[in-house]
Amino acid sequence: MTTVAEIPGVEAVAPAPARRRYAFRVPAAVPLLFLAVAAVAAVAPGLLTGVDPLAADPLHALAGPSAEHWFGTDHLGRDVLSRVVHGAGHSLSIGAAAIGLAAGAGALLGVLAGLSPRYLDELLSRLFDVVATFPELLLALLVIAVTGPGTGNVILAIGIAQIPNYARVIRAQTFVVRRSGYVEQAVTFGLARPVLVARHVLPNVLGPLPVLATIGMGTAIIATSGLSFLGMGPQPPSPEWGSMLSEARDYLRVAWWAVLFPGLSVTLTVISLTLVGRRLQRRFEGRDR
Amino acid sequence: MSPLTLTRRRGLAAAGWLGPAARRLGAGVAVLWAAATAAYLALMLAPGDTIDVLIGDGLDTPERRAQIIAEWGLDRSPLQQYGDYLLRLLQGDLGHSYVLQRGVGEILASQIWPTVQLALTAATFGVLLALVLALATAGRRSWLGGLVGLSELAVVSVPPFLVGILLLAVFSFTLGWFPVSGDRGFVSLVLPGLALGLQIAGVLGQVLREGLERALEEPFAVTARSRGITEWRLVAGHALRHALLPAVTLTGWFTGALLGGAIIVEAVFGRPGLGQVTVGAVNSKDLPLVMAIVLISALAYVTASTIVDLAYLAIDPRLRRSR
Repeated sequence: MTTVAEIPGVEAVAPAPARRRYAFRVPAAVPLLFLAVAAVAAVAPGLLTGVDPLAADPLHALAGPSAEHWFGTDHLGRDVLSRVVHGAGHSLSIGAAAIGLAAGAGALLGVLAGLSPRYLDELLSRLFDVVATFPELLLALLVIAVTGPGTGNVILAIGIAQIPNYARVIRAQTFVVRRSGYVEQAVTFGLARPVLVARHVLPNVLGPLPVLATIGMGTAIIATSGLSFLGMGPQPPSPEWGSMLSEARDYLRVAWWAVLFPGLSVTLTVISLTLVGRRLQRRFEGRDR
Repeated sequence: MSPLTLTRRRGLAAAGWLGPAARRLGAGVAVLWAAATAAYLALMLAPGDTIDVLIGDGLDTPERRAQIIAEWGLDRSPLQQYGDYLLRLLQGDLGHSYVLQRGVGEILASQIWPTVQLALTAATFGVLLALVLALATAGRRSWLGGLVGLSELAVVSVPPFLVGILLLAVFSFTLGWFPVSGDRGFVSLVLPGLALGLQIAGVLGQVLREGLERALEEPFAVTARSRGITEWRLVAGHALRHALLPAVTLTGWFTGALLGGAIIVEAVFGRPGLGQVTVGAVNSKDLPLVMAIVLISALAYVTASTIVDLAYLAIDPRLRRSR
């Protein structure tokens, strides 16, 4: 990190100094490592804990952290560590599925808008605007009021609300690509339109997706835990971080551990995703020095 | 300059006003119409018979079925039904909740006040906190700026309900400064307001600080510094005005965040209000009530952002020229 002499006005004359250069930066390995552990927990929870997340033990309910139960037990005597580990699967898979839905539908709609005649593009863009302006949670609640609670419906609810984020970026990207030399060449050679779109347009507009999806996944995980907290996500006794927090809230006075560990899991996952996403973004925009 | 050119210029200025203003009002109406249509489509696309969907978890009697058919015009063509629905909304009739057996307008009116109080408190906390943090740290690449930047990242990464739970744990259970739940005057507003306001401060603070830092690099800042102005007067008196502009465009997001956040914060703190009504309505599949809440939120959102857009036009003449 370079040190800038604090002479008033000098920064302003110097060519565009990089903004946000803070004293400390988290090393990239830290969030990546955390995400790796979370991914292992999601795919193979058995590797991290041998305890059944649903096994209740009323005699040891609300017991504090100990050698036997590292994260303590909840109000039914279930092992919090095991529930946190098994909960990763729910939170991460719902987040990933919602983002998959949003990114897939968004990319399709974005390319469609970008290649359509003016009036159709205008119509689709206004539609994206309206959906994007709407409070995400309310849109999700409207979907759940219609479909009922449950894992699949939460994915649908969160995914729909995020479609415009992807559609708008892909549309703008499509505008650039369709005017590029190689697409014009392909048109000159008389390439059939579907082949042209599939082979030349699609692969070249999808560049920004990984960055958007990484940051979007954090948002989706927050939204998922919020919906579960309200009792609309995976139904009990499934160990989902949001619903664990909702149950633990009632025992907060006596058992802080039942709140702390699932809470930390959500927060650290989202922070890690955001940090990785920001770094990808800098790399993608060529700003990383 | 002759009087004639003066009036002509004024006339032009007024015309330059009208176009963008009309466009923004039109856009607001379009969003409302789209929200109404989306709610209606959700009702029509819901799996099962529309009458069953409208009854939800309410009591299912032949009389109520007849009432629903009459109120929603379910015996007529879909297009007529949709037209009637829009017409009813225009007259301010939000329909009936068949679960709670009351008018939807009546339910909302009785529950809106605690939520408005919460939203206003949170907005005040959020804006004040964001201003203080941005003013204190802008332009200083110190450990303080880094710390605030990190905590802003943390605040937007913590789910809103968790912030609420943590505040409860510290200030209610451990310190005993505030009541745990319920609605008992201003004291019981502090923690929920803070829980909701922190989220806003996290995002708003980032935007304000970036705006301030950008403004401090502009030529006018150099000029002011060369005249020997104190750093504090430069930031507070000159740069802040420039930084506020991009922050104000966040109003739409701001309203949405307040509305969505209020639902969750009310659940955490057990406060009465629209949030509790919404959660109850979703759980009991009370679709007429959910539809009305969606519409009311859209109305709040559109009103707030239209007012800000128009005020913006008045403040910044550059925006009056068409984009």
